[in-house]
Amino acid sequence: MTQRILTFLRGTATVCALALASLAQAQLSIEITGAGANRMPVAIASFEGESTLPRAVTDVVRADLERSGLFKMVELGPSPMGADTPPDFGRVRSRGADAFAVGTVAPSGSGRYQVQFRLFDAAKQVSLGSQAMVMAPNQYRTTGHRIADFIYEKLTGEPGVFSTRIAYVLKSGPRYELQIADADGSNAQTALASKEPIISPAWSPDGSRLAYVSFEAKKPVVYVHSLATGQRNVAANFKGSNSAPAWSPDGRRLAVVLTKDGQSQLYSVNADGSGVQRLASSSGIDTEPAWSTDGWIYFTSDRGGSPQIYRVPAGGGEAQRVSFEGSYNVSPRPSPDGKSLVYVSRNGGRFQVTMLDLSSRQTQILTDSAKDESPSFAPNGRMVLYATEVGGRGVLAAVSSDGRVKQRLSVQSGDVREPAWGPQPRN
Amino acid sequence: MKRTRIALSLITVSLLAACTSSPPTDGQSAVAVEDRSSGAASSGVDNSRVVPVDADSANGKSAYPELKDPKSVLSKRSVLFDYDSYVIKDQYRSLIEAHAKFLTSHTNVKMLIQGNTDERGSREYNLALGQKRADAVKKALTLLGVSEGQLESVSLGEEKPSCGDASESCWSANRRGDMLYSGEF
Repeated sequence: MTQRILTFLRGTATVCALALASLAQAQLSIEITGAGANRMPVAIASFEGESTLPRAVTDVVRADLERSGLFKMVELGPSPMGADTPPDFGRVRSRGADAFAVGTVAPSGSGRYQVQFRLFDAAKQVSLGSQAMVMAPNQYRTTGHRIADFIYEKLTGEPGVFSTRIAYVLKSGPRYELQIADADGSNAQTALASKEPIISPAWSPDGSRLAYVSFEAKKPVVYVHSLATGQRNVAANFKGSNSAPAWSPDGRRLAVVLTKDGQSQLYSVNADGSGVQRLASSSGIDTEPAWSTDGWIYFTSDRGGSPQIYRVPAGGGEAQRVSFEGSYNVSPRPSPDGKSLVYVSRNGGRFQVTMLDLSSRQTQILTDSAKDESPSFAPNGRMVLYATEVGGRGVLAAVSSDGRVKQRLSVQSGDVREPAWGPQPRN
Repeated sequence: MKRTRIALSLITVSLLAACTSSPPTDGQSAVAVEDRSSGAASSGVDNSRVVPVDADSANGKSAYPELKDPKSVLSKRSVLFDYDSYVIKDQYRSLIEAHAKFLTSHTNVKMLIQGNTDERGSREYNLALGQKRADAVKKALTLLGVSEGQLESVSLGEEKPSCGDASESCWSANRRGDMLYSGEF
């Protein structure tokens, strides 16, 4: 503790990265507020031997699958079903499950455990696959998320996002914290604490770094922050304002908004701050760039009079207008496959997350809230995370791309805002 | 453990207190800074009086007391804007002129102009709108002869509201450009 105080005092008085992490009591809690219409009934039997762990791995798996809104959990009762014993298909079918998982947790030496599990199609009575992993007892959450990812992918054909992380800003009183948590809101850790605002966190494509805007120097400056080491460097601090960082898909460059030559305009810089180049120019405001995986940079511009979504080829070229309905469309984020776009539109005084299918030009308002901000896609494109307000407090919410599944993440006290869904972990 | 935690929170609180360095932006908050230029009370020091020291103004005392003297127009630092507007209203002309005159006669002094918006809409788009307000103040000053090199216009967007309610009176107070001098930022 003394060491921690010293670290705190040694740091600049305004910004104390990581040192105060233990003071962060705020834990995100998740609430499901809407589910898919046709949920597949799935059973996760208790794993043999998992009662020796601090908490059951299968609790995490069930909560993950339930939260996705695509599955309905079917209870099989407390008696465990091991990975190696022939499953009782009759018992599972009688409970109505279409698919089910069984597993075994056993000590594997030096305090570690092997977790082995198998997924079955209950109707066809065939195995859909199995996996084994070794873990320390306190890694039951990570293991549970990986099992849930495996099951999700086998049953939906798309990768799961239960092992991903999210970044967001927690404001409590005069204090701002840039936090990183698991996608289910657990394991919140503070990457940066400041008494000045922090906005616009953006994950590097490999998930190791965050770019963000911090006002600690009494003006907006773009930083790049390595999460594992807490090291950070200034990526853009030109005269005027520096904001809205967005990573290029190769993780080398950042699109940023600078005012060094006048109004807010798009530039790109290397992640270390070198090599500044202009990306586009207009006589109005250009801001909120977002790189797509298919070679576009989407952004907000009021060059036509009102803020609308435009895009330019990442390699340079003419800007095209993308949004046409309404007088206020901002904060664009292309889907991971580049086929759709999510943004915030103002509809009669309400700011709502809206989805645009880029080929059919169809739009759909995904939420029924009024103060939505900062949407970002899950790496599988299935869900959109955004900030909104409930009862005057900032909360995070997630909605499926079809608008059906809805979740809310909030803290006991304080405002949560500026969310960014991280990429798939690389391991 | 409990005691160290209390100690740590005290340190945290005092550091945070030391950090809240918002400079007096409207004159009303500039309390009891002795005015050495007036000469009237120069005979002695009143021992019953406690002179507050702002630990945050970098050098303890401003070299230019007129910037903080509530009686001086230079202590007024805020320009308010109408909704969706980036035009400086006529009522601020004399204020801008006074600051321009100070800057042109003190060319070593620099000014940071911070633009602000109300809370509605996208944070980044609001940051860009706040920049337009800061730029409007900067342009007015340069037109009155202030050198570009003395001025930096930046935006705080909707991030530093002076008023926190979701009401029109609050929103209008937040549509603001603030002028800060060297040592105040």
